[in-house]
Amino acid sequence: AFPQRVKVVEVGPRDGLQNEKSVVPTPVKIRLIDMLSETGLPVIEATSFVSPRWVPQMADHAEVMQGINKLPGVSYPVLTPNLKGFQAAVAAGAKEVSIFGAASELFTKKNINCSIEESLERFSEVMNAARAASIPVRGYVSCVLGCPYEGNISAAKVAEVSKKMYSMGCYEISLGDRIGIGTPGSMKEMLAAVMKEVPVGALAVHCHDTYGQALANILVALQMGVSVVDASVAGLGGCPYAQGASGNVATEDLVYMLNGLGIHTGVDLQKLMDTGTFICNALNRRTNSKVSQAACRL
Amino acid sequence: MGTVPSALKHCLSYQHLLKEQLWIGEPTAPPHPGQESQASGLPEYVKIVEVGPRDGLQNEKVIVPTDTKIELINRLSKTGLPAIEVTSFVSSKWVPQMADHKEVMRGIERHPGVQYPVLTPNLKGFHSAIAAGATEVSVFGAASESFSKMNINCSIEESIEKFEEVAKSARNMNIPVRGYVSCALGCPYEGDITPAKVAEVSKRLYSMGCYEISLGDTIGVGTPGSMKRMLEAVMKEIPLSALAVHCHDTYGQALANILTAIQMGVAVVDSSVAGLGGCPYAKGATGNVATEDVIYMLNGLGINTGVNLYTVMEAGNFICTALNKKTNSKVAQASFNTGAVKHMHV
Repeated sequence: AFPQRVKVVEVGPRDGLQNEKSVVPTPVKIRLIDMLSETGLPVIEATSFVSPRWVPQMADHAEVMQGINKLPGVSYPVLTPNLKGFQAAVAAGAKEVSIFGAASELFTKKNINCSIEESLERFSEVMNAARAASIPVRGYVSCVLGCPYEGNISAAKVAEVSKKMYSMGCYEISLGDRIGIGTPGSMKEMLAAVMKEVPVGALAVHCHDTYGQALANILVALQMGVSVVDASVAGLGGCPYAQGASGNVATEDLVYMLNGLGIHTGVDLQKLMDTGTFICNALNRRTNSKVSQAACRL
Repeated sequence: MGTVPSALKHCLSYQHLLKEQLWIGEPTAPPHPGQESQASGLPEYVKIVEVGPRDGLQNEKVIVPTDTKIELINRLSKTGLPAIEVTSFVSSKWVPQMADHKEVMRGIERHPGVQYPVLTPNLKGFHSAIAAGATEVSVFGAASESFSKMNINCSIEESIEKFEEVAKSARNMNIPVRGYVSCALGCPYEGDITPAKVAEVSKRLYSMGCYEISLGDTIGVGTPGSMKRMLEAVMKEIPLSALAVHCHDTYGQALANILTAIQMGVAVVDSSVAGLGGCPYAKGATGNVATEDVIYMLNGLGINTGVNLYTVMEAGNFICTALNKKTNSKVAQASFNTGAVKHMHV
């Protein structure tokens, strides 16, 4: 049995744009987020308060945060890798933040130059500050179905890191198949392990479509009771580890599937497709969404 | 079960990938169809029917020379694929891409244990196919009257009569016949198609002697929801072991739909190497699901296919080069890269 409702978390403006080759001007980012707000999406990840030295695409984080039209009932979480980023985010008006962990030691080392344990210590600083400010924190766990450096990742490790982040106070844990190599088999195994440690109501899946497996993986997650799914409009955001390959699953394709399953999302697919068209024109690229590609009406 | 071996490190170079194997699943003799010894309830073995050389090439813009077709099929014969749809004995007036059907049929290597079905829309095509050496044929029905009319200029009933002629001759000659039902999850002209209609047409084809019914989501509009409802209706009329699904990926739903079918016990899946074959009803959109992506998923589920994924990717690479186009397989896209690793900060 499938959940009756699924919360779709739109990560295009952050995860998507961060992994696109072209850097998008601030007004375009703001317009993108405003259009997404009109589609009915309940959560839109707006930007990342990371040093522009590391992520130049998100250098305008404060302007974006201050420039967007925040609709009531819609959340606009932002990434905050550390206390400094958190403080900058709050100063810019953020009301929800996200922190990014990983189930792979090597990935953590290469990505943020420390161990998993050290990264969790950094996060606890953010958690303390967030708690004091009544700001909800979402936790991401990367590499849950495989790592570009370590290869296989054990389900037990994913469960361990997820549990730690949940215990620290994250209200939701988004499990990310960072390189898209997972299949329904490995998704099932991983979720079974994590669900022993974290209630399924607090779990989300963040699937990349690099090997075309995303919707099948999401389907399995739904069958196991997961009811929060991350996706990126137009499938924005390639894979940094496989040149030319795709990354995020397209929100349009996800919503199409959920509609077909009779699952409520609150999202207007047509408005979503229009938003995808807008950002693809701005990026001068083709959409990665098959639904958008096919939408020459029959 | 179902974990991806650590060998799959796609940030490594292509050459490195060759040495470390992808999960390849060496070809073995398939167990009894329908055997379900996996605790997960999924079939232990899934038969992949490769439709690239026919359905794929027929729906590509570029017409491929006979030699290239033969080369493609010969390469596919070496991958472990148990069935490869070779060509179509249709009048070249309608399908010029398949005009060389006789030459292709006669020119290919026939590997033992591999079936090489061909399309035969009527008795004339059937006789022509047999004369050229075919040992298995397929007939194409549809669950939509409008589609039947637009596609083959007759009603479903009239088309069934033609197929019955083929089935009768085939039976006399001990030639197996596979039946396709198009528009099983929707029609480009009629829109929604009732599961009852799909079941009815499937039953007619099965009753006339088709050993297998391939249910086609011709325009890829289906989702796991509509796939489930359709299969439930059809499974009341046709034994599970005689069912196959033929999913198009036009809306990105194919693998999710195939997974749904497999979860319901279907153990035969059609696919097309490199996802050859666009959608004639949605310009620029994709069509067939890519064989590589299907195998990748089945491997990850611990389901045996007997197919070597790597050699399929190579065959896909060959035909895409010949067609001067990019592959539609995401697995191939992700694997055939130089492995440039950029250190991204999250």
